[in-house]
Amino acid sequence: MSLQDKYKELIDTARSSGTDNLQVNETDGVLHISGEAPSGAVKDNLWNIYGKIDPNFLTGDVVMDIKVATAVEGAKLEVVTQSSNLNVRKGPGTDQPIIGKAGHKEIVSLVSKHSDQWWLIRTKDGEEGYAHAQYLRPVE
Amino acid sequence: MRNKQLSIAFLCLALAFMVACKGKPSDTQIQAKVTEQLSGMPEVTADVKEGVVTLAGNVPDDAARTAAETKVAAVDGVKSITNNIMVTPPAPPAPVVDTTAVPMNAAEEALRTGVADITKDFPGVDVKVDAGVVSVTGELSAAKWKTLKQALDGLHPKKVDAAGLKVK
Repeated sequence: MSLQDKYKELIDTARSSGTDNLQVNETDGVLHISGEAPSGAVKDNLWNIYGKIDPNFLTGDVVMDIKVATAVEGAKLEVVTQSSNLNVRKGPGTDQPIIGKAGHKEIVSLVSKHSDQWWLIRTKDGEEGYAHAQYLRPVE
Repeated sequence: MRNKQLSIAFLCLALAFMVACKGKPSDTQIQAKVTEQLSGMPEVTADVKEGVVTLAGNVPDDAARTAAETKVAAVDGVKSITNNIMVTPPAPPAPVVDTTAVPMNAAEEALRTGVADITKDFPGVDVKVDAGVVSVTGELSAAKWKTLKQALDGLHPKKVDAAGLKVK
């Protein structure tokens, strides 16, 4: 069974739920899926389907990068850490000094994106700094 | 009487014309144009006082700092610019440990830096990068592994190999 067949439900759902610039390529036995979902809920759903086909994502035959279209400048973001506070840093990198914290589940706003990984945010106290995008989820 | 009214009207028009042509742009007008010029650089702020523009903010390199000044200099009515923009250089690349290895390409280096930034928050796992392939070993809860996998996939590796990972 080809990878496209194995992950047919995932690809079909991505397509039908309005994922922009959807790209599906198979290279060296790994299916690369990327695109921009219209909302965080669509992204979550795609990851749930991926986890259903490949429990705990352990096979290693998919690399999926789904961005969220609503994560634009000025957007509200929720801090989605496990439970701890999110470090806000002076510059984009974990070697940069910490200048503040954003609380777990706090709503912050997106000032700009330095890269896919490092976003400049403003906390509810008005502090501005860089935080890692993996802990920020656009609020619909 | 009629003549006088006409001449006053004419004078008013002439005056309005002169003001429109020769009048200097106000700080508000300059501010609006400066903001428009800097719309692509949200990290830079500008303050206008009597035609003097003060720039502030943080940019990743000198080129961006100069670019902001050049853009503002082009705005009509700007007398001088005080450039207080700070340059915060991006994180230096991770040191190469194995000096006998062939030099890493930029993509591999970016992948290593990205992986190091992400995995710092995941004690209990060891993540290695080799030729674009990310290998994860150790032990993690299912929820944490999902977060880690999403972040790692966002770096566009060739593969995320989790064969050595135990999900609790």
